[in-house]
Amino acid sequence: MRAQRNNIFFGVDFTLVFLYLFLILFGWMNIYAATHSDEAVSLFDFSTKHGKQILWIGLSFLLVIGILFVDSKIFERFSSIIYLISMASLAGLFVFGKKINGATSWYDLGATSLQPSEFAKFATVLALARLLNDKQYDLKLFKNQIKAFFIIFLPAVLITLQPDPGSALIYTAFFFVLYREGLPIYYIAIGGFAILVFILTLAFGFNIVLLSTYTIFSLFILYIIYYRKKSLKFQWMNIMGLYAICGLFIFSVDYVYNNIFEQRHRDRFNILLGKSNDTRGVGYNTNQSVLTIKSGGFSGKGYLQGDRTQGNFVPEQHTDYIFSTIGEEWGFLGTSLLIIVFTFFVLRIIQLAERQKTTFSRVYGYGIAAIFFFHYLINIGMVIGLFPTIGIPLPFFSYGGSGLWGFTILLFIFIKLDASKSYEL
Amino acid sequence: MKRGYLLSFFIITIAFIFIGKLFYLQIISNANNQNNLRSSTIKKLFDYPERGYIYDRKGTLLVANKQSYNLMIVPREVAPLDTVEFCKLLKIDKAYFLKRFDKAKKWSRRLPSVFLAHLSKEDYAYLQEKMHKYKGFYIERKLLRNYPINSAANVLGYVNEVNDEVANKNPYYQPGELIGTTGVEKQYESFLRGIKGVKYLQRDRFNKIIGPYKNGIYDTLPVDGKDLTLTLDSELQQYGEALMKGKRGGIVAIEPDSGEILSLITMPNYNPNLMVGRERSKNSVIFFSDTINKPMYDRSLLAQYAPGSPFKIIQGLAGLQEEVITPKTSFRCFHGYKYGAREKEFMGCHCGIFNQPIKLQQGLAKSCNSYFSNVYRRIIEKYPTASEGMNAWSKHIRSFGLGQYLGYDLPQGQKGLIPDAALYNRWYPDGRWRATYTISNAIGQGQILTTPIQLANMTAAVANKGYYYTPHILKATSDKTPIDSAYTTLHSTTINPKHFPPIIEGMHDVFKTGTAKHVRLKDIEICGKTGTAENFKRIDGKKIQFEDHSIFVAFAPKKNPKIALVVYIENGGYGSMIAAPIASLMIERYLTGKTTNKYWENRMLNTSLEAVYEKQLKTIKGESTEE
Repeated sequence: MRAQRNNIFFGVDFTLVFLYLFLILFGWMNIYAATHSDEAVSLFDFSTKHGKQILWIGLSFLLVIGILFVDSKIFERFSSIIYLISMASLAGLFVFGKKINGATSWYDLGATSLQPSEFAKFATVLALARLLNDKQYDLKLFKNQIKAFFIIFLPAVLITLQPDPGSALIYTAFFFVLYREGLPIYYIAIGGFAILVFILTLAFGFNIVLLSTYTIFSLFILYIIYYRKKSLKFQWMNIMGLYAICGLFIFSVDYVYNNIFEQRHRDRFNILLGKSNDTRGVGYNTNQSVLTIKSGGFSGKGYLQGDRTQGNFVPEQHTDYIFSTIGEEWGFLGTSLLIIVFTFFVLRIIQLAERQKTTFSRVYGYGIAAIFFFHYLINIGMVIGLFPTIGIPLPFFSYGGSGLWGFTILLFIFIKLDASKSYEL
Repeated sequence: MKRGYLLSFFIITIAFIFIGKLFYLQIISNANNQNNLRSSTIKKLFDYPERGYIYDRKGTLLVANKQSYNLMIVPREVAPLDTVEFCKLLKIDKAYFLKRFDKAKKWSRRLPSVFLAHLSKEDYAYLQEKMHKYKGFYIERKLLRNYPINSAANVLGYVNEVNDEVANKNPYYQPGELIGTTGVEKQYESFLRGIKGVKYLQRDRFNKIIGPYKNGIYDTLPVDGKDLTLTLDSELQQYGEALMKGKRGGIVAIEPDSGEILSLITMPNYNPNLMVGRERSKNSVIFFSDTINKPMYDRSLLAQYAPGSPFKIIQGLAGLQEEVITPKTSFRCFHGYKYGAREKEFMGCHCGIFNQPIKLQQGLAKSCNSYFSNVYRRIIEKYPTASEGMNAWSKHIRSFGLGQYLGYDLPQGQKGLIPDAALYNRWYPDGRWRATYTISNAIGQGQILTTPIQLANMTAAVANKGYYYTPHILKATSDKTPIDSAYTTLHSTTINPKHFPPIIEGMHDVFKTGTAKHVRLKDIEICGKTGTAENFKRIDGKKIQFEDHSIFVAFAPKKNPKIALVVYIENGGYGSMIAAPIASLMIERYLTGKTTNKYWENRMLNTSLEAVYEKQLKTIKGESTEE
C-alpha cells in the first residue's frame, strides 16, 4: 500500500488523462494551423502564439504533477480560503485590472496577463462541494438554497460587472449540480421555461407570446379542475399571482431587451433569430465562421491547407473560433469526432463522479462536468451559428494560458480526488 | 441517482444537435461548393503571353505588338504629394494635373483609371524609379497591336476588349482582356493569343495578398502565341490598294494551284492603326457609322452581285460537259436573241457580229449574249423537264464553288445564289416554267449572285482546268502546325478537263482581239473576261438604273497559271475601262515585280469615281440631277 501511495499515478483514471492529452494536442495542432505563417520559425519560438501555447502546455504538465503530489484532503480543507482569495482577485480587478476588448478581466503581469475568472470557476466549484459535503445539508430548505446560490452568484455578479457576461453565464451550469444534490426540479423547469419564453418573446413579439402563454396556462388549469376533480377554490390568489408574474416576465423581457441591452447585444440576437442579416458588420464573425466550417466539407481541406484559416477570415480564430479551423481543415469527420470525444469526456467525468464515496468529490466532479459541458455547449453553439455571440473559450482548444491552466487544475483535482478514493479504503 | 441522468441526457441531446447541424453545414449545404480554386480567399492573377505576330508570304511583318505605358491613378489611395515636383516629372502644368485628378475622381474613387496615357519608353524608365514616392499612382504596361504597314486591315482584323457577354460565353476570357474580333485576328484567335498563365495567390480577409496559394502548385506558365504567316503578298496587296484609291470595290487574287489568297482588297478601307488603343472606340464609331463609304464592310468577301459576262466561261463549260455543244457548234446573233414570240422576249447583244455563225471561242471573246443564251437553253431543254435540266445546270455551276459558302478561313462570307429547280418551282407553283423564263441566267444575270472571292475561286478552277483548292489565308504557323486539311483537299468540278482548252483560248482572245486588248502585256499571256453588271436600285418604288458595276476576271500565265484574280469596281462602267487595266497591272506586278505599262498605271492611280458616287448619292437622296 505504501509503495502505491508513493506512486503519484496510482489510481489515476487513465481514460480521462488520455482524453485530456488528446484534446490538448489536437487543440495545439489547430492553434498552430490558425496562427502559423509561411516563414519558417521554430515550433518553440515563444514569440509566436503556437510557441507560447507549447509553453503553457508544458507548464500545465508541471501543474498536473504538482496536483497529483499533494494530499487530496488539502482541497477540501482549503476550499474556503481558495474561494475567498479568488473572489478577492475578482474584486481586485476593479482596481488593478487591465482593460482588454472592453472588459476589465485581466491582470497585467508584464510579459503575459492572467484572467482570474478562469480560476474562479475552480474556486466556486470547490466551495460548493465543501458546502454540500455535509450529509445533513438539505437543499429542499430555502435557507440552504440561499447559501448555495450565494456561492454561485457572487463570482457570477463580479464577472458580469467586469463586464464579461459570457463568462458569467457558465455559472448557471451549477444548477445542474444543485439539482443532482436535491434542489427541487422547478428551479430548472422555471429556468428552462424562462429561457424559452425569453427567446420566443424576442422572436415573435410581446403580444403573441403573452397571449399564448396565458392560453396554455388557462387550459392547464381547466384540465386540473375538470379531469383531476380538484378544487382550486383556495388557490385563486396563487393562480392570479402566477399570471401576473408570467406577464411581468414577458413584459420585462421586452423592456430589458429594448432598454437595458446594448445595441451590440440586440444585434447578436437579431442575427441569430434571422431578423437581421448583416454579414459585413455585426454578423461578420458568425457568418465567416459558418462559411469556413462549411468550406471544409466532409473530409476537410487537410491539415494546414485551410485557405480561409490562413487568410484570417475568421477573427479570433485561434481563441474563441478555434472550432472553425477544425471545421475547415478536418471537415465533418474532424468536427463530429471532436464532439463525440468531448461528449465522452464529460460523460466519463459524470460516471466517475457518481462513483465517488464522498459528497465533496461527487459534487466537485459533477460541477466540473457541468462547467466543461457549458463551455463546449456555448462555444461550439456560437461558432456553428446556433447561439448568439458569447465570447468564451473552448476548453483545451482555445489559445491562452489562463484558460488552459484553469481547466487543467479543474480536471486534475478531480482526477486526484478520484484516485485517492482507492487508498482511503 | 436518477437525478444524475438529467445532465447526461442533456449532454447527449446536445451532441446529436451539434452533429446534426454540422452534417447540414458541411455535407448537405456544401454539396456543390467543392471547388477550392474558386474560393473567395484565392486571387487569380493572369500572366499574359505576347500575342503572335503576323507575316505575309514573303516574311514581311504585318502585325506586331507595341508596349504602351499608361500612368494610372487610384484616387482613394492618393496621399498628399508635392504637386510641383510631380508635374515637373510628368511635364504637365498644375491646372492640367488638377483637371485629370478631378476627372479620375469623378469616374471612380476606388478603381484605377488612366491619368496620363501613352508615356514614352524613356519617360517610363525615368518615372518608374520615382513612382514609389507617389501613393495611388502606378504605371501600367500594356501590349497593343501595331501595324507597321497601313494595308490589309480587312484581312488582318482587329482586337477588341472582351465584354461581359463574351466572357460569359467563353470561360477562358475575363472582361477587359483582348480578343480577335474580325479577320485573321478572330479566325486564328486561339493560335495568336497563346495560353495565359495563372497564378493563384492567397489573400486574407482584408483582400491583402499574403503569398502564393499552396506555394504555387496550381500555377501555370503562359504559353506564347504562335506567329502566323499568311498567304498574302503584302506588296501586291498594297499595290492593289493604291490602284483602287478613289474607287469602290474589291480585288481578290488567288494562287490557282494551291488556293492561297495573294491579295484580298476592299476599298474604301481603314488604317488598322486607328483601331488600336485609346482612340479605338472613337474611331470605330466613325468607321461603323459611315454608311456611305462603309470602310468596315469587306466587299471582297461580302458584296453579292450578278457576275455578268465572266459567268459565260462556266456557262460554256457546262454546255460542253452536257454535250449540247462542241467547240465547233455555232449560233447566229441578230444584235440579240429572240427567245419567244412576243416583242419583249428578246435579249440584246453587243457583240456586233450580225447574222454570222459564231463559234464558242469567238462567242466568249466577243461576249455574245445570244451564243450563251442558246447554250443555256439547250442544257435546260436537253432534259424531259425544265426542272431536271435546271438541276443538271445548277450542279455544274455549283461545282465551281458558287452558290455556297466557300469555306475559306476568314470569319465573314456570303453564300451568293445559284438558282435550282426548287427555286423556280416555288416561284411558279404550277411547275410550268421553261428555260426561256430564266434565260438571264445564261449571261450571269437573272437570279445569280456571286461574291468577288467566289469569282476568283471560279477563275482559279478554270485556270487549273477543272479543280480548285479552297481559298485560304493561313500559310504556316511558327510552330509548324499543319494547315487544316480542308485547304489541302482538291475539289474537282464536274467538267472534264478536256473541255477547258477552247474556253481558255476564248479568254486569251479577250486580250488578243477582244475587250482587253488595250491592256495586254508583251511577255505574259493573260486569259480574262470582262463583265458588266447592270445596277438597279429601287427608290420610292421606281427602278432606277445606275452606272454599271465593272468586273474583270483573269488568270496568267496561260500555261501553268500562277495567279487568278477578280477585280470588281462599283459603278465602274464598262468592264474594260477600269477593271481590266487594274487586273493587267496586278498580274504583271505579281509575276514580274515590274510595271511596263506606265500609262495605264498612272491613269488607274489617278482615276477617281468620287464624282460618280456623289451623283448617285444625290439621286438616292432625291435631289435628282435633272432638276
